[in-house]
Amino acid sequence: MTESKSQEPTPQDLGFFSRIAHPGYFLEWSRYFIWPLLGITAILMAYGLYLAFFNSPADYQQGETVRIMYVHVPSAWLSQFCYAIMAAAAIGSLVWRHPLADVSAKAAAPLGATFTAIALITGALWGAPTWGTFWEWDGRMTSTLIMLFIYLGIIALWRTFEDQVRAGRIIAVITLVGAINVPIIKFSVDWWNTLHQPASVFRLDGPTMPPSILLPLFVMFFAFSFLFLLLHFISMRTEILRRRARAIERQYAQQLRTQKP
Amino acid sequence: MKPFLAVLTRDMKLATRIGGDSLTVLLFYIMTGAIMPFAIGPDKDQLAQLGPAIIWISALLSLLLALDRLFRLDHEDGSLLAMRQASLPLEMIVVAKICAHWVTTALPLIVATPILAILLNLEIDQTLRVIFTLLVGTPALICFGAIGAAVTVSIKRGGLIAPILILPLSIPTLIFGVSAVSGGAIANAQDAALLFLAGFTLLSLVFTPFAAALALKMAAE
Repeated sequence: MTESKSQEPTPQDLGFFSRIAHPGYFLEWSRYFIWPLLGITAILMAYGLYLAFFNSPADYQQGETVRIMYVHVPSAWLSQFCYAIMAAAAIGSLVWRHPLADVSAKAAAPLGATFTAIALITGALWGAPTWGTFWEWDGRMTSTLIMLFIYLGIIALWRTFEDQVRAGRIIAVITLVGAINVPIIKFSVDWWNTLHQPASVFRLDGPTMPPSILLPLFVMFFAFSFLFLLLHFISMRTEILRRRARAIERQYAQQLRTQKP
Repeated sequence: MKPFLAVLTRDMKLATRIGGDSLTVLLFYIMTGAIMPFAIGPDKDQLAQLGPAIIWISALLSLLLALDRLFRLDHEDGSLLAMRQASLPLEMIVVAKICAHWVTTALPLIVATPILAILLNLEIDQTLRVIFTLLVGTPALICFGAIGAAVTVSIKRGGLIAPILILPLSIPTLIFGVSAVSGGAIANAQDAALLFLAGFTLLSLVFTPFAAALALKMAAE
């Protein structure tokens, strides 16, 4: 991303959405969101963890291990929400060729992979005492694992491109192909699983949950969502600054070359 | 139609005359299938049970191996840029290249499948069924491979990345392909899987040309 002020219109000339999406302007206004977001996340997380650990009952069957759910379910939700963000950003980079959309997609990928990994690991830890196994080829778990593979593939792809602007558009294509394919994968895995072992589908939606469990789950759900928002903002800012630094380095290298014949 | 056929015959001539990649892929396919019994053991019943899965996995891996050939050389020597100036839209050129690629890599594998079927102790009707599912399913594998190849065409280093991207996307094809042969206990499950496989192939044939052409255009900028 070359930040030559002469070619690009100044933020004041643009409409509202173009203004807030202008990378330079984004760096300015997003700065004021970091600390409030951090505060909200910290408060929600502290309250949610307090509820989860001290103020919610242990399950009559699963005992204390049910508390894993308060981390597991929000991360599983974010693992899919992150992909939705990436797909939306991919449309942004393909249709409007917007640099901020590239940045958003790139910043979301590692976050999505991390939340998916957390969902899988907490699921395995939860599964060990309750189901008696760390891993079951259950439809949901399998499709989450494939989701992790897709995230890791996209992250690896980001790392192989030298030119990040071009990478953004090309990766947008594969992100959208993945977005079409993810529901099909989920469906096919469910189909495959029920075909082989129909009896052992583990689900949370057995009896309706009592409010004492639902409230901490809700709070943790919002806490994780705000955590994602905060981390996404921070890594977007970092990425913009990193691209600027690289542009400046390149300019400097060119200057050196012109000075020394 | 004429430019379409021109691209098709060009790619097929290139694949059959220079390098002998088709034969290499074919050998890889047979060897991958034949190496499995060394790990699983020579128990004939077990091999017959796992046979369709082994054949499908061998086909998937062999097609992944051949994938790099699809666009890379044409991108590097500039043919792809020349083709973008053709009267034919790039999407159709992608379709022609996919067809040529299927004929030169997937079709030999399907023809050679009886050899693997004998080695893996498959029954005749099961062998025919595997061949049929491969005929229906391999276009979908090639299509996803084409998207992966198009996305990674401009990458100079790190050429191993395409399989990483494609393998997760190929899982539905693999599931339905193998279930269409050995479908399990539910009645009509095999036929249902076959229909899903066919549907998936048609779907991928519809959106692959656009996605791959878009990626190729982005790569050439």
